[in-house]
Amino acid sequence: MINKAENRRSTGGKLVSSGNRNGFVVFDRVQKSYDGETLVVKDLNLSIAKGEFLTMLGPSGSGKTTCLMMLAGFETATNGEILLDGRPINRIPPHKRGIGMVFQNYALFPHMSVGENLAFPLEVRGMGKSQREAQVKRALDMVQMGDFANRRPAQLSGGQQQRIALARALVFEPEVVLMDEPLGALDKQLREHMQFEITRLAHSLGITTVYVTHDQIEALTMSDNVAVFNDGVIQQLAPPEELYERPANSFVAQFIGENNKLEGTVETIDGERCTVRLDDGTVVDAQPVNVTSAGERTRVSIRPERVESNPQRLPEDAHLVDAEVLEFIYMGDTFRFRLRVAGQDDFVMKYRNAQDQLRLTVGDKIRIGWLPEDCRALDI
Amino acid sequence: MKLKTVLMGAAGAMALSVGTTSAQDPVSLTIVSWGGAYTTSQVRAYHDPYMAENPHVTIINDDGSANALAGLRAQSQAGNVTWDLVDMLPSDAQLACDEGLILEIDHDEMLAAAPDGTSASEDFLPGSLGECFIPQIVYSTVLTYRPGAFSDDAQPSSIADLFDVENFPGRRALQDRPGTNLEWALYADGVDPDDIYEVLSTPEGVDRAFAKLDTIKEHIVFWTEGAQAPQLLADGEVVMATGYNGRMFDAIEVEGMDADIIWDGQVVEWDGWVVPAGGSNIEAVMDYLYWATDTQRLADQAKYISYGPARASSAPLVGEHADLGIDMNQHMPTNPDNYFSPIILDNDFWTDYGDELRERFANWMLQ
Amino acid sequence: MAQADARALANGAEPAPTDRAGRLQTADGVPLKTALRRAERRRKIAAFLLVAPLLFFILTFFVFPIAQMMWRSVDNPQVVRALPQTLEALQDWDGSDVPGEPVFAALHADMMADLERPRVAQAIGPLGIRLNYELSAARSAISRTARQVPNFEAPYRDAFMDSHRLWGDPALWRIIKREGRPLTSAYYVAALDREFDDQGNIVRRDENRRIYVQLFIRTILMSVAITFLTFMLGFPISYYLSILPMRYANLLMICVLLPFWTSLLVRTSAWIVLLQQQGVINTMLVQIGLISDDGRLSMIYNMTGTIIAMTHILLPFMVLPLYSVMRNIPPSYVRAAKSLGATPWTAFRRIYFPQTLPGIGAGGVLVFIISIGYYITPALVGGQSGRMISNEIARHMQQSLNWGLAAALGTMLLIGVLVLYWVYNRLVGADSLKLG
Repeated sequence: MINKAENRRSTGGKLVSSGNRNGFVVFDRVQKSYDGETLVVKDLNLSIAKGEFLTMLGPSGSGKTTCLMMLAGFETATNGEILLDGRPINRIPPHKRGIGMVFQNYALFPHMSVGENLAFPLEVRGMGKSQREAQVKRALDMVQMGDFANRRPAQLSGGQQQRIALARALVFEPEVVLMDEPLGALDKQLREHMQFEITRLAHSLGITTVYVTHDQIEALTMSDNVAVFNDGVIQQLAPPEELYERPANSFVAQFIGENNKLEGTVETIDGERCTVRLDDGTVVDAQPVNVTSAGERTRVSIRPERVESNPQRLPEDAHLVDAEVLEFIYMGDTFRFRLRVAGQDDFVMKYRNAQDQLRLTVGDKIRIGWLPEDCRALDI
Repeated sequence: MKLKTVLMGAAGAMALSVGTTSAQDPVSLTIVSWGGAYTTSQVRAYHDPYMAENPHVTIINDDGSANALAGLRAQSQAGNVTWDLVDMLPSDAQLACDEGLILEIDHDEMLAAAPDGTSASEDFLPGSLGECFIPQIVYSTVLTYRPGAFSDDAQPSSIADLFDVENFPGRRALQDRPGTNLEWALYADGVDPDDIYEVLSTPEGVDRAFAKLDTIKEHIVFWTEGAQAPQLLADGEVVMATGYNGRMFDAIEVEGMDADIIWDGQVVEWDGWVVPAGGSNIEAVMDYLYWATDTQRLADQAKYISYGPARASSAPLVGEHADLGIDMNQHMPTNPDNYFSPIILDNDFWTDYGDELRERFANWMLQ
Repeated sequence: MAQADARALANGAEPAPTDRAGRLQTADGVPLKTALRRAERRRKIAAFLLVAPLLFFILTFFVFPIAQMMWRSVDNPQVVRALPQTLEALQDWDGSDVPGEPVFAALHADMMADLERPRVAQAIGPLGIRLNYELSAARSAISRTARQVPNFEAPYRDAFMDSHRLWGDPALWRIIKREGRPLTSAYYVAALDREFDDQGNIVRRDENRRIYVQLFIRTILMSVAITFLTFMLGFPISYYLSILPMRYANLLMICVLLPFWTSLLVRTSAWIVLLQQQGVINTMLVQIGLISDDGRLSMIYNMTGTIIAMTHILLPFMVLPLYSVMRNIPPSYVRAAKSLGATPWTAFRRIYFPQTLPGIGAGGVLVFIISIGYYITPALVGGQSGRMISNEIARHMQQSLNWGLAAALGTMLLIGVLVLYWVYNRLVGADSLKLG
C-alpha cells in the first residue's frame, strides 16, 4: 500500500517524460523498430515500483505488447535500456531473467499434465522432486486447482486453464510477472471473477506485475497504475481514478470510459476555470487542461454521469445548455438518455436508477449543465 | 505406360487417298517389341515396306517386350488378347508355349523357303526355331574393353582375360544374372563351349563356375539395364564390360566410344516372333510373318542394327549400314571372323535350371 | 391468471401427446421412435450414396486385386488339373521308392487325356512349369515326355523312366503327391528360404540359395536408414519453413517438392553424374586431396546409392507432415518455456520436439512404408547390394512369371507393413497422425 501511495505521488497526473531510474523495472529511453523505418515504440520511459501492478492499456498496434515482449526478452530494444532491479537486462536471455509470464492463449504445454506443467520451471532450475511436488501443490492450491494435477490442459475449461497458467507463472516465485491479455478468451462473468483473483494474488504475494490489455475496465479495476499507450507513446501514466477523472488529453478521455465531446473555442480563461463557445454559439463551463489562452480551439469532454439536468443542483452562475431527449434506454441500474445538444445527436446522459430520479420522456425539451471541474477542455 | 505410336506408311496414306486398290478390309496389327533403336530397325526393315505393299494394314507399335511374358499371361487370363505379334526371347517363348499362351508354329508351312529352295526349317540357324518361336536375329553377349586402360602390348583378347585381374587390373561390369556369367566362368576355367551345359547341370559344375566367379568378385560392378554397360565403360567406371553386341556397336560406331569388342566366347542367343493365342487377326498376322521373315527382309534389318539375320541364306545379302555406310558384315555376330568360339545359349537348360541358379546367383551377390 | 401461467411453465408447457401404451408420438400421431428411425434411415442412405462411388472404386481396384494376389500365393490348381488319375493312384504310395506300374499307367492316361484337349486348355505345360519351381528340370521331364507319350506302350513304367531320368527319382513323385492339392504352402515355404526335405519336413534351404529372408531384413534396415535420414534432413528445413512468412515458405516448399516433379530418368542421370567413381563428387574429393585416386568412393550401384536416391525422393513425404504440424505449434510455447527458465535447448527438447511427434510419426510411417515397397530406384541405382525385396517381387511377376512366389512375398510384405502399423498405432496412436 505504501508503494502504491508513493507511486501515485511520483507519477502524478502528468505525462511521463523524464527517465526515472529508481524503479524496480525501468524502461529508459527505449525505442523499437522492426523495419528500420518506423518506430513501434518511441522513446519510452517508464518506472515501475516493486510490488506495483501496472497495466499497459491501449488499442492494438499501440506498442504495449512490444514493450512487454522486450521486458520478457523475446524482443530486443533497438535503442535504450531496460533495467530490472537496477541491472540492465538487454543482453540477458529470457530464460535467465526470472520473469514469470502468462500468455494470451495460456501456452500450457499440451503434452504434459497440469502437474508437469507446473513442475517444469522448478525442474529446469534443478529443484529436487519432493520439494518440487510440495511447491506445485502449494501453487495449485493457491489458485484452487489442487485436484487437477493429473489432468491434461485440453481437459480443462478456459477459466481453469487460465488459473493453471497463472499458477505456472508464479510457481517459481519470480519477482516480476508479465501478463499478455490473459483474460481475453474468457466470458464476461468469468473474466470479472478472474480480475479479482489476479489482483488479490498479485497483492498478497507482493509481486511486481505488468499487465497488458486493451480492455479499459480490466485496467481500471485491477491496476495500481495504468499506462495508456497510443502510437508508440505513453499518453498518460496514472492511477485508475485519476485516469478516469482527469484524462490528460482527448485520446485518453476518449479511450477510457464513455465521454461526450463538444468542439469550440476558448472564450475566457481564468486559472482553474474557462468558458468555451461551442460552434453553434452555446457557451459552456470547463476546466482548462490543454489550453492556455482565449481563442484556442479545444475539445471539451464530459462524462455522461456528470451531466446534470436539474439546474437546482448546479451553482448559480453555471452556464446551461438547451437539450432535447431523443432516446431513452432502460439499463436496469441506470437510465441512459440520448440528447441533441448544440446540434449534435450523440450526447449521452446517465442517471442512477433511484426513486427520486427525474423521469424524462422522448421529445422533452430540457436544460442541462455541469460543474466546471467535471468538464475538461482538452487538445483537439 | 506403354508408348503407342501409330505408324502410317506414306504409301498407305496415298493409297487411301487414291481409293482402295485392295478388296481386303482394313486391319490394324498391334506388334509388341523392345522399343528404341531395335523397334526403329523393325519399322524401317519390315513395317513400312509391308504397309506400302498392303495399304489395308496399319501397324501399331507397342514397346512392351520387356514384360511380354507377364502381359501375355494377363491378357490370356482376362480373355482379351490385344497383341497380335510379340517380339520376345526364346526362353520366355518356351514358357509361354508351355502355358499355351502362344501358338505353335509349323515352320515349313508358315514360313517362306530360302530363294534357293531350302526349306525354312533347314535355312534358319540350327537350334534357333522353337515350337512356338520364329527367330529374327542373332545377337550375342560380348566382352568389351577400353584399350586405353591397358598397355599397348598387353591388351585383353579372351574371356580368360576377364578372369585375370592380375594382368588386367580394373573393375569389370557384369550383368546381374547367372546367364552368360556362369557359362563364361566355366569357359575360362577350360571347359569346351560344347560341354558347358552338361557341366553346368551337375552340382559340381555349378560349384566350379561360382568358384571361378569368386576370383573376380571384388572387381565386379553389376549392371541391370542394357544401356548401363556401355555407359559404365564410357564413364571410365570400369575397364571392361559385358554387353549386347548391338548396344556396343552403337556406342563404338555411332557415339564414338573408345572400346573394342572381344568376340571370343560370345554367348549367342536369338530373338524373334511369337503369335499370341486367341488374337483376332491371326490370318493377317500370318501373312505379315511369312513376308517379314523371308531371306531378304531379315538381311534388310541388318542395315539398321548390328544384329545378325537368323537365316543362313540372309548372310550374303547383308550390306552397308543404311545411315553410317559401314559394312555391317564385320559387325555381325555370325560373321565367320567373329563366330570362332561361340557359346550357344541353351534356353532349355535355363528354363529348367534358371530358378535355382538365379537364387544361388542372387545369394552369391548378396554375400 | 398469472399464477396459472406460472404453474404451466413450471410443469413444462403442454404434456406431449402419447398413444394408448404411453409411448411418445409426434404431432401427426406417428410413434416418435418410428419417426426418428425413418429420419435416421434417410440420413444413412444419403451417407451411403455419398460414399458408394469411392467404396466401389476401392473394392474394384484395391481390395479385389489384393485379395486375388493373396489367393494366388496359396492357389495350386496345376497338379490337380493335369493328373487326377495319377493322384488317385498315388494315394497308397508310401513315398519311399519309385511307384509301381499302376501309377505310371494312370500318368499315361492323364497325359493322353490332356493331349485331346485344345491347346489353350492343356494342363501339362503349366504342370511342368509348376513342378519346376520345386525341382529343377521337372519341366523338361514333363514336356519331353508329353511329346513321346502317344508312342508309349505298356509297361509304361519303363517307357517313362527311359524317356527322362527324373521319372525314376522318388523326389519328383513326392512333389507330385505333395502338390496334388488345390492349396499349397510351398510358395510361403520358398519365400522364407525353406524347402521340404525327403520326409516332408520344412527345413532351411541350402545356404547358398537363401535370399529372401536376408532381403527382407535388408529392406527393413534400409527403410529405417532412409526414414532416419529424411528425418534428419527434413526436420530442420521444416522448422525453418514453419517460422518463415507464408510467401517465402511457399517458395522454399517448391524447392523441397522439386523431386516430385522431376522425371525419374533425369534424376537418375543426375545422380550417376554426381556419384559415380569418375563423377563430380569423387573427382572433387580427389582434387582437394581428401581421398587418393585409387580410393574413390563407391556411392552408386550399391546400397549407398539406393539410400541417397531414395532419401532424396522421399524427403517431401517427411517434410510435408512435419511442416503442417510445426506451422500449428504457436511460438508462445517455446517462449513460455524460456520464460519459465528453460534454456533454448531444453525448451526445444522438452516442449517443442514432443509436440512435433505427430508429424514425425506421420512422416516416418509414410516414408518407411513407401520405401519398404519401392523398386524402381533400387533397380536403377542400387546395383546388387542396394536391391530390395520389391525388386525380387517384380522379377517374379515380370520375368520368371512365378506369380505364386511373387504373391507370397507380396503378402508377407503387406502383412509386415500392417503389423508395423499396428505397433505404431499401439505405441503412438494412429489418430495423432497429421498428414498435411
